[in-house]
Amino acid sequence: MKFVDEFRDTEKARTLQSAIHRLAQQIEPRLQRPLQIMEFCGGHTHTIFRYGIEQMLPDCIEMVHGPGCPVCVLPMGRVDDCVALAERPEVIFTTCGDAMRVPGSKKSLLQAKAEGADVRMVYSPLDALNIARRNPQREVIFFGLGFETTMPSTALTVLQAEREGISNFSLFCNHLVTPPTIKAVLDDPDMKLDGFLAPGHVAMVIGERAFDFIAQDYGKALVITGFEPLDILNALWMLLQQLAEGRHQVENQYTRVVNADGNQQALAAIHRVFAVRPLFELRGLGTIDEIGVCMTDDYAAFDAERKFGVPNVTTVDPEACQCGQVVKGLIKPWDCGIFGTQCNPENPMGALMVSSEGACAAYFNHGYGGRP
Amino acid sequence: MTSAITPAISPEPELPAKYQHKTVTLAHGAGGKAMHDLIHELFVRVFASPELEQLEDQARFDLEQLSRWGNRLAMTTDSYVVDPLFFPGGDIGMLAVTGTVNDLAVGGAKPLYLTCGLIIEEGLPFADLFRVIQSMKATADAAGVRIVTGDTKVVHRGAADKLFINTAGVGVIPEGIDIRADRAEAGDAVIINGFIGDHGAAIVDARGELALENNIETDCQPLNSLVEAMLKVCPDIHCMRDATRGGVATVLNEFAQASRTTVRIDQKAIPVRTEVRGMCEILGLDPLYLANEGKLVAIVPSAQAKQLLHVMREHPAGKYACQIGVVENGRPGQVIMATGFGGDRLIDVLVGEQLPRIC
Repeated sequence: MKFVDEFRDTEKARTLQSAIHRLAQQIEPRLQRPLQIMEFCGGHTHTIFRYGIEQMLPDCIEMVHGPGCPVCVLPMGRVDDCVALAERPEVIFTTCGDAMRVPGSKKSLLQAKAEGADVRMVYSPLDALNIARRNPQREVIFFGLGFETTMPSTALTVLQAEREGISNFSLFCNHLVTPPTIKAVLDDPDMKLDGFLAPGHVAMVIGERAFDFIAQDYGKALVITGFEPLDILNALWMLLQQLAEGRHQVENQYTRVVNADGNQQALAAIHRVFAVRPLFELRGLGTIDEIGVCMTDDYAAFDAERKFGVPNVTTVDPEACQCGQVVKGLIKPWDCGIFGTQCNPENPMGALMVSSEGACAAYFNHGYGGRP
Repeated sequence: MTSAITPAISPEPELPAKYQHKTVTLAHGAGGKAMHDLIHELFVRVFASPELEQLEDQARFDLEQLSRWGNRLAMTTDSYVVDPLFFPGGDIGMLAVTGTVNDLAVGGAKPLYLTCGLIIEEGLPFADLFRVIQSMKATADAAGVRIVTGDTKVVHRGAADKLFINTAGVGVIPEGIDIRADRAEAGDAVIINGFIGDHGAAIVDARGELALENNIETDCQPLNSLVEAMLKVCPDIHCMRDATRGGVATVLNEFAQASRTTVRIDQKAIPVRTEVRGMCEILGLDPLYLANEGKLVAIVPSAQAKQLLHVMREHPAGKYACQIGVVENGRPGQVIMATGFGGDRLIDVLVGEQLPRIC
């Protein structure tokens, strides 16, 4: 299949694999411990497991699966807010597929739907806007979720609703910003990461330069990369070259999509609709300053939080969960006391077991029963 | 796209004038004249089977005749609740017959008789009901089975979604056939009769939420004549199931777990149509977990695999049959796939529903 098979070519994969092993041999004598490389984005985690990439790597490379899965880092309290909104009789609550399974403190959206709430799965916020057009007597709420990748489409949908004067559409905004999330990981005193694979589609929106602080302020090597398996191998090879040569720079492997300054139109839409939220909670990482966005006052009429007044409950994660240590690379999923036992994909207790992109779910589903 | 269904041989009856442009009402399930007329004018006429025409409360079979086909009875039941009722390449009626026929066939049974239970939401156009039961008849004829007894219920609007169908089926298993999920042995070959995921993809597409332009059709087809041909050359098929809900991945896990063996498959060998692959790429779905309605997965002694595949490919329902893997010892109960990229991946059973990923 065109534009797919080129990026999954076995021969090219073998060539890159041996180049990676050669570089690793050069670096290995200098190491006291395995290299820790974090892929921030859940999409990358998915590719790594789907193609068995970890098994292709030398033993001295340890992949750390970062917090960039928007479904995983959604705090339980926000899910409770979603359920409260969805259970209002006038509301049609629209959401992307895998957010429906995320457990709240009492129930998930899937359970709320089974109990009678009008929850509908959509593929795009524009589908939600369509539902609003067709149901003028109902209130349609779209569950806005994700990092900068999904932010432009929600922002543009809000702008479209404004243009058309659609007043029964609103957004429950849970969007997150990537750079402060990475900063939160880097600021942990126990952090041992050596380099990053940075999210290609976030970079497509915000541009290469937005990652400069990671190389300049924290001295870490970083390669922006795409989501096909050859992209990942190519980026790992580039990253190892930096480490072998003692460099720490922002490099771009995903040049077919990402440029230095990002997509200006997308950024303009984002800045018009969204403003930085002083404090927002991420599951596993805690409450962090300026990590999330809310809607600007100009668009308060489209803000479900202000329109309906959500309960805004804070729900503490179960104590046994060690998601925070896993996303920072401090422990492996199977080191967590409840991994695979109390916490499994059928009954996820911790955030990382929820979505197939979460590190723990990925280990559980693809990782040979959880242990290497 | 291949479809083994041919129209009924008898001239197709038309929808009687009194039902045209009309819809089903609660009266049609109330046991009175309206229901009596419906049964006679639609079901008995369309299904045209001698057992049904007796109009007793049960169909009756001669045991001696049945025993000519084999030494064991096989019985199965399945309910069909697909939305929409009509989709590219098929409809709920075709599905209700093939699904039950296939559940019998993959056990090695010769399917003979089906029941037809209908739960109708009031307001269903008679034209739709008629189209569905005609399709059931055509599919039953093509599969060589008869619909011998039935039941009709009409429920209030909202109590069901348009039309639900339950069919139960009876078949006979010939002597010497022993197909069971726990019989996979190291060294066996894993084979499939063609492209996977067509039905699941066609249904996603027919719901029209995605406005993707393509021409994916369901693979819905009866498999009994293919299975008959397979058993002629290889009576010792070890395991066989049709890969419906949960897809090929689920069936392989059932075999691996029941037989305490490892099933190792090769991604490159698994036939997936380009259109289906494209849809899966866009939505983040995995064709291994998509439903099929005319695909069987079989585990057979490797010595007979080549000849078996040759025979399957001669049959319209097995034209694209191929070997997709082998059975090994090592990791009992697990299904492992060589990704075609250099790594291996564990293929687990699906937890819950397959939901598209967010980004």
